[in-house]
Amino acid sequence: MIVTTGQTPWQRLLADYGDSRIAVAALALLALILAAALFAPLVSPQNPYDLSQLDVLDARLPPGATSGDGRHVYVLGTDDQGRDMLSAILYGLRTSMLVGVLSTLAGLAIGLTAGLIAAWFGGWLDALIMRVADLQLSFPSVLIALVLLAVLGQGVDKIIIALVAVQWAYYARTVRGTALAERNKDYITAATGLALSPARIMLRHLLPNCLPPLIVVATVQIAAAIALEATLSFLGLGLSITEPSLGLLIANGFAYLQSGKYWISFFPGVALMLAIVSINLVADQLRDALNPRLQK
Amino acid sequence: MLSFLVRRLLQSLAVIVVMSLLVFVGVYAIGDPMAILISPQADQAEIARISAALGLDQPLWRQYLTFLKQAAAGDLGRSFAFNTPAIQLILERMPATMELAVAAMLIALLGGIPLGLWAGLRPDSIAGKTIMAGSIIGFSVPTFWVGMLLIMLFAVQLGWLPASGRGPTTLLFGVPVSFLSLEGLSHLVLPAANLALFKLALIIRLVRAGTREALQQDYVKFARAKGLRESRVVGVHVLRNILIPVVTVIGLEFGSVIAFSIVTESVFGWPGMGKLLIDSINALDRPVIVAYLCITVALFVLINLIVDLLYSALDPRVRVSGQAG
Repeated sequence: MIVTTGQTPWQRLLADYGDSRIAVAALALLALILAAALFAPLVSPQNPYDLSQLDVLDARLPPGATSGDGRHVYVLGTDDQGRDMLSAILYGLRTSMLVGVLSTLAGLAIGLTAGLIAAWFGGWLDALIMRVADLQLSFPSVLIALVLLAVLGQGVDKIIIALVAVQWAYYARTVRGTALAERNKDYITAATGLALSPARIMLRHLLPNCLPPLIVVATVQIAAAIALEATLSFLGLGLSITEPSLGLLIANGFAYLQSGKYWISFFPGVALMLAIVSINLVADQLRDALNPRLQK
Repeated sequence: MLSFLVRRLLQSLAVIVVMSLLVFVGVYAIGDPMAILISPQADQAEIARISAALGLDQPLWRQYLTFLKQAAAGDLGRSFAFNTPAIQLILERMPATMELAVAAMLIALLGGIPLGLWAGLRPDSIAGKTIMAGSIIGFSVPTFWVGMLLIMLFAVQLGWLPASGRGPTTLLFGVPVSFLSLEGLSHLVLPAANLALFKLALIIRLVRAGTREALQQDYVKFARAKGLRESRVVGVHVLRNILIPVVTVIGLEFGSVIAFSIVTESVFGWPGMGKLLIDSINALDRPVIVAYLCITVALFVLINLIVDLLYSALDPRVRVSGQAG
């Protein structure tokens, strides 16, 4: 089948993606969330971590309440420190997104390298890398990350390390599978025939053809990383209170749940859920759009 | 078959030894337990005496060898915090976790198979689409937050069910369980539903995909052509063939249910092994952490082994031969 339209691959991808209205809506929501996270310092009503801006007398106000000095309205209420929840959520989203994206990129880089090396060289190196990945994948990620964090301690850098350690094996496996299928194709034989260096063949010829399935896995993994970080922070093992993510905000409000002050943990949870669901929906549609078998 | 079994057992043993070494070295790096065990007033001689008594003055490799030797005899060390054998602490908590995990699996199965079948038989109906959308949400939303929502709705707003704890237990064959009394059952419902949610979504998707695939197969077309009732076609011909992947997934996922019970137990204050692990990490209670991980690793290896064997028994196509790698 020959594609005769004058579309570039990117245009084709865009057109395929636009097929589902839900997916387009999810992408718009995701863009909004990313923008909110990126510009949190500009758009949030207060800096939730500048203690001089907080008023303890405004603590635990319900959504829509006016501050004690009558100057502004707490749209989503305040927490136990008198912190505006909307601002806290925007800043928390920033931390959660940062951790999710950074850990996924680092995990991707490591897994990609390991997978390509395993597929290209084969033999004992392949066996070693894949056995380690298999061993790791046979245990739930939450358990591995939990143990790593127990050893490493709290902090953004520590949780990124733990999430990278959890994720690399998925990418290594995906890349190896794709690369093994690709390396027997004619263009690789041709490149080998030209006596190009293995590094050049791997990076310029093999890698671009292994990317589509990886993009899908990586998108799903960003959502998984954000959820895992929130879970670990909720358990008190992820981030310290000075760098609150959504998970930590939820944990913070948990204590007040029983007394009916739902907003302290409810709204950060809604933000977390919207972020994860929108990423998953985008990934779902990307999978279909990138799948050549579903191409019309 | 025998040589496969022997090789698999040896592999499993190797995994346990490697993991115990990793866990031991890793956990050794967590803080200095002496700092929390000893009062700040203790003098140098007192510190030396206690660390000698706990074996903490020995080099790491010797501590590990001692640990291995004792572990082989079923002794995984004494808890620093409770001063009781760590393995006993964990075994005391195990029934609570197992009850929660089994209840969650039952909910996931009893809900997931009918819902998945429905969505698979009528993929374009409103109910089918709603079920699938629900399963995407079930996948996406973190367990701990759903747990909090359940508490918010059923315990705080409606006041129907208790928010935390296990309630009274009854002895069943010497094992304390909650589900035999109404009070205990009311404590079990929320955490079990919470833990079940993720697996429920998984089973729905699995059964739906399996059903849609099976409906295209010749044996289903043939069964229909024979004029069998629809209930028999679905209940026998379709269902039997989608149960193989479901059984495998249940086996494999049981380990992850136990791991995720760490989260659910923390939300609902359920006194199981997972909550013990979190408490122990916060208290730097090394022997309990190591013992928990060793027991969990052994459990996982065992589950994987059983699933492998069951799989080859259930599906003749993957029956393993002694020679194959």
